[in-house]
Amino acid sequence: MIQFLQNLIDAISLGSIYALVALGVGLLFGILRLINFAHGDFITIGAYALIVPSADVTARLLIGGWPWPVMIPLICLIVVIAALLTDVLVFRPLRRASSPTLMIASFAVSYIIQNGVLMAYGSRPKAVDLWSGANTQVLIGNLRVPMLQLITLAVTLILMIALSLFLKKTPYGVQMRAAAEDFRMAQYLGVRGNVVIGLAFAISGILAGAVSLLYTTQSGSLSHTMGVPLALFAFVAVVIGGMGSLVGAVVGGFTIGIIVTMLQAYLPPDLRAFRDAFAFACVILVLLVRPAGLVPARSSFERV
Amino acid sequence: MRSFIARHQTPVLLAALLVLIAAVTLLSRNEALQVTLTEMFIRVVVVVGLYVFIGNSGIISFGQIGFMCIGAYAAAWATAEPSFKGIMLGGLPALLRDNQYPFLVAIAGALVLPAAVALLLGAAIMRLSGTAASIATFAFLIIVNSVYSNWDSVTAGVSSIIGIPTVVGPWTACIVAALAILVAYLFQISRVGLMLRASRDDEVAARASAVKILRMRLVAFVLSAALVGVGGGLYAQFLGILTVDPFYLNLSFITIAMLVVGGMSSLTGAVTGVVAVTAIVEILRFLERGLAVRDITLALPQGSQEIGLGIVMALILVFRPNGLSRGRELILLAPASTPREMRPDQVTIADETKATA
Repeated sequence: MIQFLQNLIDAISLGSIYALVALGVGLLFGILRLINFAHGDFITIGAYALIVPSADVTARLLIGGWPWPVMIPLICLIVVIAALLTDVLVFRPLRRASSPTLMIASFAVSYIIQNGVLMAYGSRPKAVDLWSGANTQVLIGNLRVPMLQLITLAVTLILMIALSLFLKKTPYGVQMRAAAEDFRMAQYLGVRGNVVIGLAFAISGILAGAVSLLYTTQSGSLSHTMGVPLALFAFVAVVIGGMGSLVGAVVGGFTIGIIVTMLQAYLPPDLRAFRDAFAFACVILVLLVRPAGLVPARSSFERV
Repeated sequence: MRSFIARHQTPVLLAALLVLIAAVTLLSRNEALQVTLTEMFIRVVVVVGLYVFIGNSGIISFGQIGFMCIGAYAAAWATAEPSFKGIMLGGLPALLRDNQYPFLVAIAGALVLPAAVALLLGAAIMRLSGTAASIATFAFLIIVNSVYSNWDSVTAGVSSIIGIPTVVGPWTACIVAALAILVAYLFQISRVGLMLRASRDDEVAARASAVKILRMRLVAFVLSAALVGVGGGLYAQFLGILTVDPFYLNLSFITIAMLVVGGMSSLTGAVTGVVAVTAIVEILRFLERGLAVRDITLALPQGSQEIGLGIVMALILVFRPNGLSRGRELILLAPASTPREMRPDQVTIADETKATA
């Protein structure tokens, strides 16, 4: 039982990281129909912004060494700027393009960012020591919980609440929801498309910045492809959660986290190497049972 | 006769283009160039295979590279040295393990096995809508990768299969590429192909006209898997050494990018995309090696090839959102009548010459 609870906490903590990434991806998908492969690379940018640019193996902290009230907003700001730049340079000229074209464009952006980081920082993974104190364990009853998992969970909850308050209570949030529902209709009613899309990019940048800090603290290393697996799991989360639904993205993120952790814990040892195969077979099964996702978005119904 | 040629000129022109490129390469006697072009022809097979499904159905599939992996391993199982298979691949059936088969048998295996897997997978996932189907194929790619890199007794796991005869050169690859173009063309003008393209352009209207969309998609999916699998089989017998690593996300994205850059809704686009992207990469590689001007070597910094490719791809998409071919087919002769989707005003030779220049 204790073992199961322990696994469950691991699952929820992993799931909350996936949920944060999925929120960033889902937000853009809802408005732009863009599957943004570059989102993972926004996370990479945030992580690499912590250190001094050089090709050395050991990383020296630059912004990462500053006190957190300065550092956290600064990292988020850097990622937001990167996200807005990609919007202005690549996605704005492609507003009327088809969904596959947008996706390949985001892949091109991701390719540019990854190889840019590779060029500036070298190809070897770097060890980085960010907030190592957060990895101490806390005893709750008989459970040993790493402090970081609690922080991750708290940050996720705070960001989700902040996002949903923003979407429900502020004028811009309402405009964003309207744009996600029916972009053209929203424009007819006076919603300025580029502002709303820029905002969505900015918010997904903030989410990516937060994930980059949490993930770097947890893994203790940087590599130029570190964001890729996160983004991939997030796409899957967005789709099985229900495309275009933000609640769905969160549900999908936690579902993926739980599936992966539980398979790792309970598969027989000689099948454990095939964990990803089982995890993605589960994904296909979920899709076959619920093609519109776990929490179908209202706007995703096909209209004739 | 003339109208027959005019009507079906596209595959002939595309194949002739490839043969021309192959001939020029062979005349140049540049070994490195020949290797590059063999690889390019194999990619033509793969991307034309992608086009058969993605282009005609409008659904992006990330999973086709999984079929390439299956095809490549099928060819490797047939042709690798029996002594090697005895030691490293003990889990193979005796018929495969103890014998070494010729090229054509290996290619047949690389065609049939992926097609069979595609039939099973496709029967399950073709009823999903666009994006959900895309993610399901993506999941399939990860499953294939996970299984092939861990099923040690049959795939040698993360170590490589060696001793595959390297029988594939530029001409073999070129001929297979031309055949792939022909097959893709015959499919696209067939009844099934036309119904599928109708469903791509307007799903509801196609359904209302009694098009059985699921079945059409499944046929295209299986045919696509077979072509991509053949590409994999060629690749194994071109390299002579096989690991799971290359058949993953990078290859999946770069091949889809080739298709989209060329223009995903025409066969011409598929071929143009491969030729254009290969040309861009080679030019950037050349610049990266540097130009020697007297004593000074002017070179782009290392890594600029990848960044350059990304930038060029983004630029092409921004200025030609429908790809280099704009979704049209290559035409030289104006057809007498205007059958189906080819009309005399859709001449796009300029794009083709631009890409190969």
